[in-house]
Amino acid sequence: MRRLLIVPLVLVFLITSAGAAMACAGVFSPNGNVNLLRTSTLAGYADGIEHYVTSFTFSGGGGEFGSVVPLPGVPTTVERGGDWTLQRLNREVTPVREAFAGANLATAARADSAEVLLETTIDALDITILKGGGDEVGTWAKDNGFLLAPDAPEVLDFYAERSPIFMAAKFNAAAAEERGQAIGEGTPIHLSIPTDNPWVPLRILGLGKQEIERVEADVFLLTEKEPELLIPSDGLILERSEQGSDGLIADLRADKGMEWIPEDGMWLSYLRVDSAAGDLTYDLAVDVQGEAPSTIDAGLASFDAPATPVDDGLPVALLAGVAVLVAGLGITAGRWSLRRAG
Amino acid sequence: MLGRYRLPLTLALAGLLVIAWAVMVLAASGPTVPVDIKYSRFEPDEFRFKAGQEVTFVIFNDDPIDHEFILGDQAVQDGHELGTEAHHGSIPTEVSVPAGATVETTITFDRPGELIIGCHLPGHYAYGMKAIVTVR
Repeated sequence: MRRLLIVPLVLVFLITSAGAAMACAGVFSPNGNVNLLRTSTLAGYADGIEHYVTSFTFSGGGGEFGSVVPLPGVPTTVERGGDWTLQRLNREVTPVREAFAGANLATAARADSAEVLLETTIDALDITILKGGGDEVGTWAKDNGFLLAPDAPEVLDFYAERSPIFMAAKFNAAAAEERGQAIGEGTPIHLSIPTDNPWVPLRILGLGKQEIERVEADVFLLTEKEPELLIPSDGLILERSEQGSDGLIADLRADKGMEWIPEDGMWLSYLRVDSAAGDLTYDLAVDVQGEAPSTIDAGLASFDAPATPVDDGLPVALLAGVAVLVAGLGITAGRWSLRRAG
Repeated sequence: MLGRYRLPLTLALAGLLVIAWAVMVLAASGPTVPVDIKYSRFEPDEFRFKAGQEVTFVIFNDDPIDHEFILGDQAVQDGHELGTEAHHGSIPTEVSVPAGATVETTITFDRPGELIIGCHLPGHYAYGMKAIVTVR
């Protein structure tokens, strides 16, 4: 995972409550239900830096809520994202409706981890960058008022095995209300993370969901050249793979903090996640170095087993099987010939 | 002749009585059964006991999140699934198991039947955090 570098998709998998969690089911927050709407994410990669931009959307409710997001490395900066980047990307891949209605201000959140590496506040979001194993991050989250979903321990271990860096974001609904943040209004955040390759956590999107519940998300990749993607199932659909249009690149470069986008353009990949939560057991592995994406990065293999590169050619096992079959037929034929000769 | 062996025989008899008493006590107290909780699952997730047997469960919570150990029939599970009790501990069949903690509880299975061990923290039971106990 250290080799991978991209990050993006943020998913809310933790819900925090202002008070103690109820022991029995049915209550997530003593102050009322808090719902998170779908989030969008951009993973841009240029000059060895992954730019991860996502947005948390406030959908009302009382108390606090938050999320924990696995990261491929320690971010060098965590700041408020541009105002229209995600909306502009969505517009690029969505059939034209009416004129661009203008970008809503969005707020972003940052996450925390076991060893606190960085803390910052963006709008109504308290963001902490954490370093630690699954248990340590889980303990930190619990100590900080997060109510972890029952699948959180396994999912945290799934990510911590590859990268011990997490981002915790706590959305303070009361603070949002004080700021006059309206329901549906998002907060974009932008992380810059040095990595060798982009990487997008997907499995985390199913956190806290029943196996049959649908997970739907949009993932945008911007890379300097066409990337190699490891798409393990039909729950992850590559909808667009093309050179980013001049208009898109110009619009994105004009947004706050997006000047890292090369003037001469980038390759746009748009992937749509549409999967049952129980089937979303992998991440998006990407390679921009001219090699096959890693199965370890995709979460399909562990560090214990050697990563098998994705190869379009005939599988080695199949070739070996054919070789053994041919050899066996040859030996049998030889013996038969000898017997006849004898 | 017998007088010569009276003391050793008495000691041997006493020893046998102590051993028999210990065996009876141990038999009455029943087995100690370890239960691991990892990734919000009980391990093992099936138990078989005899009616009248007393069992001590030693529950290890390896997760960084809290769990519960609620033993009872389906009606008991349904009640806890809708309940709002924050912590359990005063009833042997209803125990809270904090993150990383080990909790011990002793239960006597009075009559045959099928029971369930469940955790009813939000979403845990639906996630599959349950085990089956068969009493014969």
